[in-house]
Amino acid sequence: MGKYIEQDRNNDGIDRRAFLKCMAWAGTGAFCLLQGGVLKSFALSQLTRNDIQHLKGDLSFIQISDSHIGFNKAANPDVTATFQAAIDKINALPERPAFALHTGDLSHLSKPEEFDTLDQLLKGLKTDRVHFVPGEHDVLNDDGKQFRERYGKDSAGNGWYSFEQKGIHFIGLVNVMNLKAGGLGSLGPEQLKWIEDDVRKLKSSTPIVVFAHIPLWSVYPDWGWGTDDSAQALSYLKRFGSVTVLNGHIHQTMQKIEGNVTFHTASSTAFPQPQPGTAPSPGPMKVPAEELRRLLGITNVNFIRGKHSLGIIDSNLEN
Amino acid sequence: MKTLESTKKELKHLVIGVALFVLVTLAFVFFTSGSARSATPPGAKDSKTFEVAIDNFSFGPATLTVYVGSKVTWTNRDDVPHTVTSTDQKFNSRALDTDEKFAFEFKDAGTFEYFCALHPRMTGKVIVK
Repeated sequence: MGKYIEQDRNNDGIDRRAFLKCMAWAGTGAFCLLQGGVLKSFALSQLTRNDIQHLKGDLSFIQISDSHIGFNKAANPDVTATFQAAIDKINALPERPAFALHTGDLSHLSKPEEFDTLDQLLKGLKTDRVHFVPGEHDVLNDDGKQFRERYGKDSAGNGWYSFEQKGIHFIGLVNVMNLKAGGLGSLGPEQLKWIEDDVRKLKSSTPIVVFAHIPLWSVYPDWGWGTDDSAQALSYLKRFGSVTVLNGHIHQTMQKIEGNVTFHTASSTAFPQPQPGTAPSPGPMKVPAEELRRLLGITNVNFIRGKHSLGIIDSNLEN
Repeated sequence: MKTLESTKKELKHLVIGVALFVLVTLAFVFFTSGSARSATPPGAKDSKTFEVAIDNFSFGPATLTVYVGSKVTWTNRDDVPHTVTSTDQKFNSRALDTDEKFAFEFKDAGTFEYFCALHPRMTGKVIVK
């Protein structure tokens, strides 16, 4: 399914037709990779172990999202089991991921026992560590105090932080607090200032990965799927050649490429939500039991030195 | 000339008739005021309790008119938690899980705007007269 670039207006190695072709697979378990100017996409079912070995890069990590431990309604009465299935899936990967990012909504109601259950399950994940950012479900009733005590000891402000790994600069952001009536997700002036300072000394060639719960691009504002001041944050990243933005919150995979920035949202491990505008509200979507795991998933991200885009693989929890 | 017995009988019928009429009227009044109470704006000035449902990520009714001293109860009917948070910090529920309620008594006249602090696109308003 790989095709050579036909038109490349942004000089980013991707033309619209190839991108759309690649995106046609999104949500069904897809793998997209930019290799030597050629955008390749595969359905995961076609991806063999050899392919994955061949495509592996200098750094491989996992994104998990929206585990909603504690949720027990009809859309998924056993979110613990599906989270365990996600862990099993990651542990079965041919390459052990260096670390995992959890992009929020760890818990459903911020209850201590929900976080305890998640911690217990994550002990079985074969990776060196897990980095967290909170979702709105993790900061209920205490302005995120418990979340920061558990998962954000080294963070600044309301829980934002950055770290380096294999030359990539990772930035974890919080856009689920101090939300304003009628608005969307919000980073706030203090965090924006911190971002500006955080990247000031980095070389423009440094690959950047930003992760936060609510999408940092306008997916569907009517349902609150966007962040009011994300454009300001992204303006500080304009000079960087490779920026990858990883989000959760919308419980479905979606991707957009804008200049040097690749935006991607991950599936939930708990329950699916409807596609934008296809339901009266973005609430949990009830699907037949046999379809549920096809709509849940994990995301595997690969960095290959010298390539300016990161390879992003979404796979569902089926089988 | 009516006998004492037949007069008593007529009186009895009259009493039963009046009682029935009163009952039916009371039932009618009760029924109509009851339905007026659940509609917005309220029908009677003495209505003191009001309900707002949180359903499908929205407050219903989004604008509610009440009188000073009224108590408003919000009930979350969604599968995800919501809050009832006034924009000027006058009232703030904890996160309400499915079927949980929050009540607030409005003691002052004015317009009170509120939203869900988790899903801030959800907004509502209580007008207190």
